[in-house]
Amino acid sequence: MSQPILMKGNEAIAEAAIRAGCRFFFGYPITPQNEIPEYMSKKLPEVGGVFVQAESEVASINMVYGAAGAGARVMTSSSSPGISLMMEGLSYIAGAELPCVIVNISRGGPGLGGIQPSQADYFQATKGGGHGDYKVIVYGPCSVQEACDLMVKAFDVADKYRNPVMILGDGMIGQMMEPVVFRGGQGEGSLPEKPWATTGNEGRKSNLITSIHLDPEVLDAHNWKLCQKYKAIEENEVMYEVYREDDAEWFLVAYGTVARICISVMDKMRKEGFKVGLIRPITLWPFPKAAFEQVADRAKGFLCVEMSTGQMVEDVKLAVEGRAPVYFYGRTGGAVPLPRAIEKRMRDVIEGREPVVTDYLEGRGGGVK
Amino acid sequence: MKPVYLRPKSLTHTVTHYCPGCTHGISHRLVAEVIDELGIQGKTIGVASVGCSVFAYNYFDTDFQQAAHGRAPAVATGIKRVHPDKIVFTYQGDGDLASIGAAEIVHAAARRENITVIFINNAIYGMTGGQMAPTTLEGQVTTTSPFGREHGVQGYPLRMSELLAAVDGAYYIARCSLHNPVQVARAKKSIKQAFQNQMEGRGFSMVELLSTCPTNWRMTPQKALEWVEKHMIPVYPLGEFKRGEGE
Repeated sequence: MSQPILMKGNEAIAEAAIRAGCRFFFGYPITPQNEIPEYMSKKLPEVGGVFVQAESEVASINMVYGAAGAGARVMTSSSSPGISLMMEGLSYIAGAELPCVIVNISRGGPGLGGIQPSQADYFQATKGGGHGDYKVIVYGPCSVQEACDLMVKAFDVADKYRNPVMILGDGMIGQMMEPVVFRGGQGEGSLPEKPWATTGNEGRKSNLITSIHLDPEVLDAHNWKLCQKYKAIEENEVMYEVYREDDAEWFLVAYGTVARICISVMDKMRKEGFKVGLIRPITLWPFPKAAFEQVADRAKGFLCVEMSTGQMVEDVKLAVEGRAPVYFYGRTGGAVPLPRAIEKRMRDVIEGREPVVTDYLEGRGGGVK
Repeated sequence: MKPVYLRPKSLTHTVTHYCPGCTHGISHRLVAEVIDELGIQGKTIGVASVGCSVFAYNYFDTDFQQAAHGRAPAVATGIKRVHPDKIVFTYQGDGDLASIGAAEIVHAAARRENITVIFINNAIYGMTGGQMAPTTLEGQVTTTSPFGREHGVQGYPLRMSELLAAVDGAYYIARCSLHNPVQVARAKKSIKQAFQNQMEGRGFSMVELLSTCPTNWRMTPQKALEWVEKHMIPVYPLGEFKRGEGE
């Protein structure tokens, strides 16, 4: 095991991608993810790779389409408004079944919003975002180390299913410096064969990358084939962690940066005698319903905490299926929930008090559901 | 008996969906003949756009990718950067290249992408049923300029070859026409040049082909060919707008 290196999240993500065999990066500047393209522009040429700064996110994602269709291990990165621009391309990539990785170091929206950490792109990431019936595999890392580990996994999973994979980080994961150990990753020699890629038809029949099927019967069959693939992904690729499964009765539910804060809250409250646990989804799609099954028999309630006005909480409710109450607490626009505010909300939930917003927010904005 | 006119190897044996009298058939054939003559069928990757040529991949027997509307130059960039030794061409109409994909084509040229672009200019949106294009002529009636394109309302036709010739990264920009056999022969020469440039690594090449749309122009094929000569060429003069020196 090599020594940990102290690295900024964005740079570590870029380095992990290169170690995973990614040799092509197409992107456009946007805060707070600029260190990813900057790192790639310097490092990719050193390993025989190619970095292209595109004229827009629209062009970036279509360059990714072309490179992925040509058989390359390829990625792009952006932040919320830029990811919105990529949604058209992502729909085509999903329809044409091309493997690639998209990193969203998300920021506050809607519109131009702000540049501070946010989790308000959960719906866009997990529910499609572009047009048509499709799914993107979405990972929500809670540390720089986990972001790096998932980066390597993301490329493999993308190739395995011929499907786009998104790393949904936030400004905190991208900008924070943490110790990281690079592990896993593939040399270029061990990447999977892609006999479907457009490489020139010398010695074989012509290959075609497309998402157009004008015959309704053909498109219907294609969509159900995709659906079967998504089902397999739901069966095989779910990742999550349950903390204090042994005796917890009240569960915090959070992913990414917020999960880190919730771990501190959980530890503090346990010292004070509250039987608090935490469910931390790592795959946001497929959503880890199994985690909720695991604790269903004794869970008295769930408090979902997000940096949004409440998005993942809808999936939590679907997973809990009414077996216990589901509560919510959130901050938005770049505001990060304070541990003491989460603790106060959790105490109110456990002790059955109506929430008073100002108690959690110390006079600032924010909300509960 | 010796056959003198055969289907190019790089075309499939598929009946096209193009309307009678449409010049897509001619331009497909010219591109396929050039691919055959240069012996590059096995290393050519085409990029189809959105418009009537969305199904170009059914007719060319080469590897193909189908791109989103206007994005063919970006997709081609992705392919060419992965396979710099392969030959990559896009085949785009005027709505695709001059309207929704204006940014992509300009920046592909600016980056000096070593690709070949075949640009079909028929001054109208064919696939969607005859709407106004950026290249629609002044006074031309379309389904979205029912009183004729009027510059005070819809502006002027966009001359893409002239525009792209002003971009430093563009190596070769030519406009040809398909309205008679002499011009068809010239067009083939330009197309061949554009592919040869790529084989020699000279950067961005585009050949604009003035083409017909008898169906949406509401003309017979013969009248449509005459209309190209009489009305399009005065607005879109033929010739080589840029021919780079060797590097």
